[in-house]
Amino acid sequence: MLRQIAATILILLLGTVLLYMTSEMPRFGDPGNPSNNELSARYTDEVIEDVNVPNIVTAIITDYRAYDTLGEATVLFAGIVAVLTVLAAHSDVGRGTKKDG
Amino acid sequence: MDDLVLQTITRILMPFIQVYGIFVIVNGHLSPGGGFAGGTILGASVILYALTFNVGAAEDLYPDDLAEAVESSSVLIFVLVGLFAILMGANFLTNIGIFPSPETGTLFTGGFVMPLTLAIGVKVASTVITLFTHLFGEKKP
Repeated sequence: MLRQIAATILILLLGTVLLYMTSEMPRFGDPGNPSNNELSARYTDEVIEDVNVPNIVTAIITDYRAYDTLGEATVLFAGIVAVLTVLAAHSDVGRGTKKDG
Repeated sequence: MDDLVLQTITRILMPFIQVYGIFVIVNGHLSPGGGFAGGTILGASVILYALTFNVGAAEDLYPDDLAEAVESSSVLIFVLVGLFAILMGANFLTNIGIFPSPETGTLFTGGFVMPLTLAIGVKVASTVITLFTHLFGEKKP
């Protein structure tokens, strides 16, 4: 009982702090926001000279941040290696037989 | 599951889903889409096949040996494309100036963007299918 009361008070306190922090955030869609800096304008203005591709999202993913995408592909690779290592022993189950689930 | 209606409709739908997935991958640098989105569509077609027939049929359609080869080679293509730029005297994964880039808006524009999108798409499709078949076909204790 005491633990639940303590947890409730803690959560309320934390929620108040988070709400207070949210009120300090910049307004949505404000042109003066920190996210609207020269970086996005640089991408939209010079993507044709830099990458020569009309789709800016793909240009960012596979050219400007290709190194990040390489890491992402490696994450997929590591995931599939783990799955094949752990679960491939069971892969004969279900082959040709009727599934009950 | 053994439903004739579902299986017939799946047989009809699968080529259309796959062609759409390939379109999203190959046109990823010209229209909305890309390797991750198109690969997921491509993988979803085989997941649909696994759900309407059974997991074993889907594993016969896309065996583990093929998955291993595709997974390894697509990351290898990515790294080799990056290393090629170093070979030509530029930084890792340099694009324009090393790879040819025809006029904007055509299919082969953008140097290595299209091949890399293709590699990502095939890899994502392979990952989605292999994850699904192995997690879904797991042995029940």
